[in-house]
Amino acid sequence: MALPTEGHQEDLCCYPEVRMGGLTKEYVLQRVSMWLLTIWIGVTLTFMIPRLGKGDPVSVVMNRLVQQQGYVENAQQIIESYKRRFGLNDPMGVQYLRYLGNVARFDYGFSLTRFPTAAWKMVKPALPWTLSLLAVASVLSFSIGVTVGALMGWRKTPGWLQSILPVSLTFTSIPYFMFGILIIYVFAFKLKILPATGGYSRDVTMGWNTEFIVDVIRHAILPLFSIVITSMGGWALGMRGLMIGVNNEDYFLLAQAKGLSPARIFFRYGIRNAILPALTAFALGLGGLIGGSTLVEWIFAYPGTGYVLYRSIVTLDYSVMQTICNLIIIITATGVLLIDLLYPLIDPRITFKKSTSS
Amino acid sequence: MAVIENTTMKQKARRRLNIWDSPWLNPKFLIGASIILLIALFGALGPLFWDTELAYTASSPTNLPPMWVEGGSAEHPLGTESNGRDMLASLIVGIPASLRVGVIAALLGMGVGVTLGSIAGYMGGWIDHVIRTLADSTLIIPSMAVLIAIASYIQFPDTTMLALVLAMFAWPGPTRLVRSQVLTLRERGYIRMALLSNVPPLEIMFMEMMPNMLPWLAASLTGTISGAILGATGLEALGLGPTRVPSLGMIINYSMTSSALVRGMVWWWLPPIIALIFIFTGFFLMTIGLDEIANPRLRGYKNA
Repeated sequence: MALPTEGHQEDLCCYPEVRMGGLTKEYVLQRVSMWLLTIWIGVTLTFMIPRLGKGDPVSVVMNRLVQQQGYVENAQQIIESYKRRFGLNDPMGVQYLRYLGNVARFDYGFSLTRFPTAAWKMVKPALPWTLSLLAVASVLSFSIGVTVGALMGWRKTPGWLQSILPVSLTFTSIPYFMFGILIIYVFAFKLKILPATGGYSRDVTMGWNTEFIVDVIRHAILPLFSIVITSMGGWALGMRGLMIGVNNEDYFLLAQAKGLSPARIFFRYGIRNAILPALTAFALGLGGLIGGSTLVEWIFAYPGTGYVLYRSIVTLDYSVMQTICNLIIIITATGVLLIDLLYPLIDPRITFKKSTSS
Repeated sequence: MAVIENTTMKQKARRRLNIWDSPWLNPKFLIGASIILLIALFGALGPLFWDTELAYTASSPTNLPPMWVEGGSAEHPLGTESNGRDMLASLIVGIPASLRVGVIAALLGMGVGVTLGSIAGYMGGWIDHVIRTLADSTLIIPSMAVLIAIASYIQFPDTTMLALVLAMFAWPGPTRLVRSQVLTLRERGYIRMALLSNVPPLEIMFMEMMPNMLPWLAASLTGTISGAILGATGLEALGLGPTRVPSLGMIINYSMTSSALVRGMVWWWLPPIIALIFIFTGFFLMTIGLDEIANPRLRGYKNA
């Protein structure tokens, strides 16, 4: 077998290729099609896998209801009418196309527990809570993690700092929500200094007054804490490796030889060059972060989509559940797309390689 | 050729002063491995000393605190919870259940990953492009969301089914890793030599390339196991896991839905969390230890 000859490629193969220019049309097209592909695979998986097993969703749901409540009147008729209503007797291909259409229009029908309300209407009020929590948590965890990691990988970091920094990695391997349970116990039940659950107190009037804002922040501290403390170690470890690599680069040694100030070397020569692959890792880790924060919201009864998701699991509200799961997939893919599109703007050397390898 | 190899071997032997100098004796790796070994032993040997039937509902009195708290009894050393399960028995049954899911899912994912990754790296061309794009997209998909959507429809009958579904998200990491490794390895002299000697591709892959990837593969395996356990525990904690087998995530689910936090039943929610923290920390230490074994640069400056 003849191997096509090709040079060395690093792990982050699909990103860097040194070439002049900013956002090129090919790059944007490639990234947008990747975005579509990701969403398509995600929603297809959630559509296909339940149908690989026996039976259709309606029968499954009904059987579960029967199991839970002992007896449901006219179960068979209800199944039949729902099947007709949702077109579940149609061939699989037709169902699938209709489903894709619904995903594109973001139409998931009605909530099963609060019937006349659209599933989307149930989810919408929860979105700002989740998005703001996620935005703050991911920015904090990434920036702290990158700084800690870069300091750990930098040869000139003072020894005392080198020895205390690894302490910040202690909680890295603990799932967010489990750390959440622990700090609820410590800070809310033992020390009683922060509220345990919820997004705001009931006795505070909602609106743009200082009392409400302070209250919201107080409620957000523990959930934020549990995500940031447990997720920053991952970025720190990656950044440490990258920084160690930069340490040996010629331009880095030259900067030191020129006698530039350590701060300037650290930020302008070190972090700035090492951060790009870390940013890719961040984009790829976004899915885990969003998935993990779902469980954090459940633990803290935080009024975001994660909590709505949990409520819908308990009440067997499948349309709301489907809405949120697909929403999470879309949000994650969009986040990655945004980072990808920002990538060439941050480092003008990099544009998308015109898939020469394929 | 043989002579050169011989002398370099001798030089290496001289430089490595004693057998304790092996990179495999990485402290992080060893500590992590011993934690996992201890945890696994607890699950494996536990049934010999304790009745695992007590892990099922209504087998014990309810709400007993642990034996060192007032009101506890030596019959249930770690206490019991509100549905009459013995906590010690639940841990003995739950720990292997959680480990098993992770190992099965990770082995499956690694198998697929190694196959696809080597095909992609080896063949190149459009096959490589397709595999790479698929792996990248799957990596982005938040597995938790898809898993919840799936688990809400099909009640997982047992842990094996759950592991199979988790494996669907375990392959992209190993695929990317193996692909990039194959790409760099195949430019090496000995691989070219093997190619020229008309060695069959499978033999090159498994006899020449694979041994060189071993530490990377091991790091990827431990990382994938802990990722799969994380996914399984999350689902179980939400109450979407297999309900027949008691697992650590399920204990957390029961304790949270019965508001054990408010009721001050620390002995209910804390033990499964501690067990899981040990499991995750063990695998995490193993992963970074193996990373350092694979990539000497990461060992930092003290050893350099």
